Amino acid sequence: MKSSEIRALFSVVSRPEVVSLAGGMPAVTALPLDAVGSMIGDLVSGMGAQTLQYGSGQGDPRLRERICDVMALEGITDASPSEVVVTVGSQQGLDLVTRVFVDPGDVILAEAPSYVGALGVFQSAQARVRHVAMDDDGLIPEALEEALIECRANGDRVKFLYTVPNFHNPAGVTLTEPRRQAIVALAEKYDLLVIEDNPYGLLGFEHEPLRALRARNSERVIYLGSFSKTFSPGLRVGWVLAPLAVREKLVLATEAQVLCPPSLTQYAVARYLDTQPWREQIKLFTELYRERRDACLESLSALMPEGTTWTRPDGGFYVWLKLPSGLDAKLMQPRAVNALVAYVPGIGFYADGSGQEYMRLSYCYPEPDQIREGVRRLARVIEAELDLHSTFDAVDTGTFRAVRPGADGGFTGSGTIVGPANSNAYEGGR
Amino acid sequence: MTESAAAPARTPEAEHPLRAVVLAGGLTFEREVSLSSGTQVVEELTRAGLDAELRDADAELLPGLAASPADAVFIALHGATGEDGALRAVLDLAGVPYVGSPAAACRLAWDKPAAKSVVRSAGITTPDWVALPHSTFRELGAGTVLDLMVARLGLPLMVKPASGGSALGVQKISRVEDLPAAMVSCFAYGDTVMVERYVEGVEVALAVIDLGDGPQALPAVEIAPESGVFDYTARYTPGLTEYHAPARIADDVAARAAALAVRVHEVLGLADLSRTDAMVTPDGEVHFLEVNVSPGLTETSMFPMAVEAAGHDLGDVIAQLLAARAGRAR
Repeated sequence: MKSSEIRALFSVVSRPEVVSLAGGMPAVTALPLDAVGSMIGDLVSGMGAQTLQYGSGQGDPRLRERICDVMALEGITDASPSEVVVTVGSQQGLDLVTRVFVDPGDVILAEAPSYVGALGVFQSAQARVRHVAMDDDGLIPEALEEALIECRANGDRVKFLYTVPNFHNPAGVTLTEPRRQAIVALAEKYDLLVIEDNPYGLLGFEHEPLRALRARNSERVIYLGSFSKTFSPGLRVGWVLAPLAVREKLVLATEAQVLCPPSLTQYAVARYLDTQPWREQIKLFTELYRERRDACLESLSALMPEGTTWTRPDGGFYVWLKLPSGLDAKLMQPRAVNALVAYVPGIGFYADGSGQEYMRLSYCYPEPDQIREGVRRLARVIEAELDLHSTFDAVDTGTFRAVRPGADGGFTGSGTIVGPANSNAYEGGR
Repeated sequence: MTESAAAPARTPEAEHPLRAVVLAGGLTFEREVSLSSGTQVVEELTRAGLDAELRDADAELLPGLAASPADAVFIALHGATGEDGALRAVLDLAGVPYVGSPAAACRLAWDKPAAKSVVRSAGITTPDWVALPHSTFRELGAGTVLDLMVARLGLPLMVKPASGGSALGVQKISRVEDLPAAMVSCFAYGDTVMVERYVEGVEVALAVIDLGDGPQALPAVEIAPESGVFDYTARYTPGLTEYHAPARIADDVAARAAALAVRVHEVLGLADLSRTDAMVTPDGEVHFLEVNVSPGLTETSMFPMAVEAAGHDLGDVIAQLLAARAGRAR
């Protein structure tokens, strides 16, 4: 099944009958929409001369100051607004960084699995992605070192490590404190640049945010941040925090791409941070996502057939599910769509075509009852697929020869059998 | 595309433009294709002077049609509901006129093995096939049944869901050891798989329309996929398949293909429009593959190509079909 077929299947997801555990859409209706609406209205009616005008390529200075306040929550206390470049979502930030650093054929190290939107950026830059293994504690430092040694031995130019340390998309796991230290130490040892993509860091359920990698090293870590999960993805406001020399190149690149990030949405985010109880709103979001995560994990434990395993995220949006041996999430997708449940097949999160046995489940958007129903449907789909595999796996073809003489497989036109086994119009020369 | 000489289609007793509801979307794998078809039809009908509206086949449909009746409905739904006759049966219950084949005929055409049986009984050539549910393989042993299939039908084989369109789930299998995986993949689309002898040749799409003078075949459209197999990707990715309308086949073969398509349309009891897919072998024989009661009408679909090759305008053709349905009870 090709990607175009997957797109076709996904077109059904918009129908309300389908429980979608596929898209990673934040629950924006939990925002104080009236307050945000009047705030944005005021920005146009009261400040239209600025908010509807071009702005700085680097981004609004006031917003960049507030971004530094936000990053301080994750231990980045030495950031200067001059090191911040506001981008059209952190996706544009990643694109800019990739354009600045990567030439065709360069190697980028990325977790296995990795964020599908990042893989798309790397692919368009004609980079080669070398995946690095992760487990329940996030990226494995030993695997990273092994990859670096291997790449050096091969003469590959490794441009950077791309990592999502908190509540990983799609794996749902978080890089532990000891491993953070180890990864930064490896970056120093091997002269490695690290791109830390952190859209979910403030959405933890169990504990205060862990110190960012960037908080441990300001020279080797470029940090990508986003308001898409803590405020609104529709505003498309993200940022890059980079050393000044890099920042300069990023500003030139963004000016070539979009001139400047949208003024109105930058003002909207800055005004939101200035006037709305945004920290309380993040707590409200995390409570909502925690309830949905719980619904998802409880349903998975209760319903999934033996042999199915999954991660247990303590923040963010995603559960990474591994199917029983032999099952392929992409091939199973038509059955799932028929059963009115949607997920993202794991193969999209690997640059090397692996990941067939995985799927990403998003619990961020559906209500808890819908999540339970979705998992129930998914469990039935997996059971049916297991039944199918029990019939066709390890089948020994080419051994049965009990076809009557004279009924060979040569094409003899309408005189040869074969009709539908379930039809009374079965006919031909039996 | 020819210029339309006809005045905008209007209901017989009213001056207002004919109001058409175009149904597209649905809850099937072919939703995306259907939405493209429906959007195209609405544009064509609007250009032809009709008051055309696109609607999904959902819980809002029947109340919407009751509150704001259409003169006639055009069904651009692909896949189940739109093509298996179910929605048409409901429209019949509601007394809503629609363009296309009646429910019972759709049910027959939707079931590819059943349609092949009827077509073969009428003397039309179609590749040998067998259609089996998963339970048969489970109960009798998959290896044994698959070996029997290969022994009887040979290789290569076409493996396809017994119902459904847009070539979703269709695979050409050349090695027996690839069959089990193909079966697993195909059963994800439905409970019954049809395995068909592969026929080498030129694939053609044969559109049939009935504008009141009986079913007429339009020029055959030749399909030449770059990969050799006309699967979903080849069908809906611009540039991966070349089309030739009319097909590059001899006149006598084209005439036989046209006659076959009209005959299929008649023996299955179809109405208004259909598209038969067929294979023309090097010796000029035409083999029926399947028939579609709601042919794709996207920019890369064969039915509009055939309409254009015949010198018709798609909007005018559909407008005429709608006007005819609006003017007479089914």
